[in-house]
Amino acid sequence: MSLWAERRISAFIQDRLGPNRVGPLGLFQPVADVIKFIFKEDIVPERANKFIYNLAPLIAFIPPLITFAVIPYGTTDWGLGGNLAIADIGIGILFILAVSSINAYGLAYGGWASFSKYSLLGGLRSAAQIISFEIAMGLVVISLLMSAGSVNLNDMVLYQKENGWFIFTQPLAFILFMITAFAETNRLPFDMPEAESELVGGYHTEYSGLKFAMFFMGEYIAMATMSAIIVTLFLGGWSFPWIETLFPSGSSSVIVIAIVSITVFMGKVTAMLFFFIWVRWTLPRIRWDQLMKQGWKILIPLALLNIVLTAVFKFIW
Amino acid sequence: MKENYFPILIYSIVVIGLALSFLMMAQYFGPRRKSKQKLEPYECGVEPFDSHRRKFHVKFYLIATFFILFDIETVFLIPWAVTFKEMSMIAVFEMFFFLFILGIGLIYILKKRVFDWD
Repeated sequence: MSLWAERRISAFIQDRLGPNRVGPLGLFQPVADVIKFIFKEDIVPERANKFIYNLAPLIAFIPPLITFAVIPYGTTDWGLGGNLAIADIGIGILFILAVSSINAYGLAYGGWASFSKYSLLGGLRSAAQIISFEIAMGLVVISLLMSAGSVNLNDMVLYQKENGWFIFTQPLAFILFMITAFAETNRLPFDMPEAESELVGGYHTEYSGLKFAMFFMGEYIAMATMSAIIVTLFLGGWSFPWIETLFPSGSSSVIVIAIVSITVFMGKVTAMLFFFIWVRWTLPRIRWDQLMKQGWKILIPLALLNIVLTAVFKFIW
Repeated sequence: MKENYFPILIYSIVVIGLALSFLMMAQYFGPRRKSKQKLEPYECGVEPFDSHRRKFHVKFYLIATFFILFDIETVFLIPWAVTFKEMSMIAVFEMFFFLFILGIGLIYILKKRVFDWD
């Protein structure tokens, strides 16, 4: 879906039509693409390390999907106990930070095992970029934990429902987290690992057929998961002002509340996805050394400052 | 508590199965026509020259080292962040002191021009 949206919106911004032949409005284009990918030749370069070459797309594809398991996407009684999530675990945010960083291995392995100069450079760059921004992201999350006082994602949504969304109460954290989110998912303006004009295709230069498709899908799933994380951490998850008074938990049935809260959540995620795509087709790519400088010289000190500020504010109130 | 993690296990197995089936499909469908050119590393149509396992910049190692340092420090901060409201003022100032030392370290790294490529 997001793939189709990306191509349609990019076409709209660039004043052309985009794919519109397969199905209504071209909605089935990604399905057609996958089917085509299945019947494409799967080339393994003869000097590549075969095992790691095959392992890399798996590592790039699996973690973003698993991360989605802990995100609370809805509720049945507006936070009194019925949370809808694949797994409601106590360490939610730590699980996300831990699993999503496995992704870096997939890109680095793919770049190294392909035995191509472009791939090696792309893989190295992506690994360095992801681990650098990982630190800034962890530090930003800490300032949220200080406010919410819990690492459980559902508790964080409830806290935001009571005390205002973090995008308003922690604006600096939101801006920093957005920047790191773009860097972590290798999206423009930070898509150094696959800068086409410098590195051909980056870490997936040598991949073809379904394995290339797996890298590609992994990237888009990571983008969707990252949108869901941003919605949960900063935009109040499934909560929305005054919607509880429209569907009070006593009189409305459980299913109605579930549908309404999931719709709210999906609406916010869609808005975030649109923002990701919008930024991609609006901003130019920055240089890699500038990116690393920005990460270490600006984002990390600002994130540390944000922690100190949050602590001071918490003690004044 | 432990049963909360059970859905993750099932979900992970499903996801891994899906990914493996993709790999299988990549193996069994699709034509296989090998040629010497096709199996060579891609180099924009030029004959591949010199080794591809070449030395890369030492700064990548430095970045990885600093990542480990700062990441451990992040892990150290998380328990404090969750419980600091129940603790006294002293705990907060202790953590400020820790962050201050860390900030000096960061400034030292930056002054050593570790992140300046030239």
